Amino acid sequence: MENVLESILASHDHQPSALLAILQDIQRSENWLPEEALVQVADGLKVPLTRVYGMATFFSSFSLKPRGRHVCTVCMGTACHVRGAQRLVEHVQRDYGIAPGETTPDLRLTLETVNCVGACALGPLAIIDGEYHGQLSTQKLGRLLKTVKE
Amino acid sequence: MEERFRSVTDLEAHRRQLTAAHDPNRTVVAVCAGTGCCAYGARRLAEAFREEIDKSNLEVELRVTGCHGFCERGPAVEIYPQGIFYQRVKEADIPEILAETVRNGVAIKRLLYSDTEGRTYEREHEVPFYLHQTRVLLAFNGQINPDSIDDYIAAGGYAALGKVLQEHKPEELVDLIMRSGLRGRGGGGFPTGIKWQSCRKAPAADGVRYILCNGDEGDPGAFMDRSLMEGNPHLILEGMIIGAFAIGYPGKPRGYIYVRNEYPLAVERLGRAMEQARQYGLLGKNILGTGLDFDVLINKGGGAFVCGESTALMASIEGFVGEPRAKHIHTAEQGLFDKPTNLNNVETWANVPLIINRGLEWFTSIGTGDVSKDPWGGSKGTKIFALVGKVNNTGLVEVPMGATLRHIIWDVGGGPPPGKKFKAVQTGGPSGGCLPESLLDLQVDFDRLTDAGSMMGSGGMIVMDESTCMVDLARYFLHFLAEESCGKCISCREGLAQLCAIVDRICKGEGREDDLQLLKDLSATVQAASLCGLGQSAANPLLSTMRYFEEEYRAHITGHRCPAKVCKTLIRYVIDEKCDGCMACNAQCGAKAIQGGKKARHAIDDLLCTRCGVCMDVCKRNAIHVES
Repeated sequence: MENVLESILASHDHQPSALLAILQDIQRSENWLPEEALVQVADGLKVPLTRVYGMATFFSSFSLKPRGRHVCTVCMGTACHVRGAQRLVEHVQRDYGIAPGETTPDLRLTLETVNCVGACALGPLAIIDGEYHGQLSTQKLGRLLKTVKE
Repeated sequence: MEERFRSVTDLEAHRRQLTAAHDPNRTVVAVCAGTGCCAYGARRLAEAFREEIDKSNLEVELRVTGCHGFCERGPAVEIYPQGIFYQRVKEADIPEILAETVRNGVAIKRLLYSDTEGRTYEREHEVPFYLHQTRVLLAFNGQINPDSIDDYIAAGGYAALGKVLQEHKPEELVDLIMRSGLRGRGGGGFPTGIKWQSCRKAPAADGVRYILCNGDEGDPGAFMDRSLMEGNPHLILEGMIIGAFAIGYPGKPRGYIYVRNEYPLAVERLGRAMEQARQYGLLGKNILGTGLDFDVLINKGGGAFVCGESTALMASIEGFVGEPRAKHIHTAEQGLFDKPTNLNNVETWANVPLIINRGLEWFTSIGTGDVSKDPWGGSKGTKIFALVGKVNNTGLVEVPMGATLRHIIWDVGGGPPPGKKFKAVQTGGPSGGCLPESLLDLQVDFDRLTDAGSMMGSGGMIVMDESTCMVDLARYFLHFLAEESCGKCISCREGLAQLCAIVDRICKGEGREDDLQLLKDLSATVQAASLCGLGQSAANPLLSTMRYFEEEYRAHITGHRCPAKVCKTLIRYVIDEKCDGCMACNAQCGAKAIQGGKKARHAIDDLLCTRCGVCMDVCKRNAIHVES
């Protein structure tokens, strides 16, 4: 991972102003933000670790825990909300025993929520591994998640 | 791609070449590839079209376009030159489309849009959803390929930039935007001309001025900026380059576009557009040989709603957490990296080339009020709304400022779905408010919405019917804002947490008699004592629902019921005599709350029931309903 990190830092010229982009690149490569990575970023940019940690916890797209091999993101935008998005979340929560932000112990699935992806016509909607699935019912979502491969 | 343009003449020569090569009778199959249509499988559809076209030996151009805005009916496909508009197209329809429509020019009725009375419409602009709109910003979204700068230039793109560079002095341009009465489309409605002027006049020792575009469209239920960035990225870039000239020439203007983390497609398309613009010499050094140096970088947000606020956005670009700061010193003087900075919303930038191409008179003829002496005097131009929720035609709607809610929801949106009754419309996202039926004839512009206790916001418009609980909706927005509050101001951080707690208990039927007064008092404090727009407007959804739907709050507090049958603690699921004992609900119920064997009427154990509603979803006989 160290080499990956070094090349990410180098691609941003070790600029502290690129901190957000650097963390995004790390998360894309590692799927989460490991503690060692944050320490190395702080060293590499010569900024306090508190600043790096602050960024990593402020922005909701970052995860400080390993995420699952598959990610199910349920949209909680207003349009999805009035069409029953909460029930989708509760359904996954019940079937897999994970609350939003949590991952199954076998690292198979992470459940996340997002405040609107701007596809309101399709609500309620979930994104499974980057793919959008619209006009979902709890049953449809349940079936989709079962088809997600190990 | 060809060499870069060294002058406006080069650009115009290139345009002439493109138009000369353009055959208006050429057959084009245009597949919409906005996020909405992609979710319905538009990418696979486009690939399948490509394969079938290759097999068929037909002379057809396949064009993948931006969002048409009619997301409800995706994937959308348009066939030119006839302009036949197909909706909900499936891969299986492709051979027939090629054989009937492309080869013989005949429209396939089953794929045309048909309204609730069964009338079908062949062309896009005839469909009532489009017929009642004034689409100028979105005009080219469904026609050009957003990945092709030549498509944009052929459609008249960058002509405004050429005109500006040849005919205007920067100061004249600022004055033009001032007199146009253009106001910020991000929600605040601040006159763009005043912003530009302050930034231009602000002292900059090294000549650096930042020109920013706010694409951090965070309002849930709004997606017009996404659609513009994905569907016509060059329009935004052109607006920004013109802005750079007006505000920063002759100096060192520098640009950033801040795009929401949730919009990967917008980042991709903007990135490609910028690359092409650089190759053509429309971005970079010495743009069109005029001595204007300007380039733009993309900054991806990290998923924080507050970063749509100007100072938080700038902090985030600088690599800090997105906390707003007090604006004793305006960002026009000291903004990003402490340089004079001008920030406009995506839709605002998109308006700029149009104003220049079509002129001041055209722009000021659309909209409300009189801006000839004061840019605050009215709301000019069009506005794009994201019409969603319980309405027939969900999608993006562009109408003149001053159109009534009734016009937008009924004429364009087709009203609520059959059997549903309109209850309220929410405008302005988490900073806006809910407007009841009695205000349907309200003309929608910046000032009238504010007077009614709501606001324009970025233009989300969520229609609700009797199955939406207004208290629950206020609760939804309060929780959203409490979660998104950056925590800097105590009034916002703690105030919202307390508002949430009070509304939560009302939803549980544990509200107290004096809760309504307490909510009002606390709201006033949050509004008055918070630094940025998030906190200052956070109570709007709460206050507006209390103002127009007080009886619903009272039903929760004194009657312990939820009239819309939404609030979980106050409802129960009941199985009626229609039940034939099919066991479907029984098998699905995770709480094992359903009793009754095969062929025997089932019953729900209230104490075990978690009110998840799965039983109602699976019941084929419609035997389960909710009581409050």
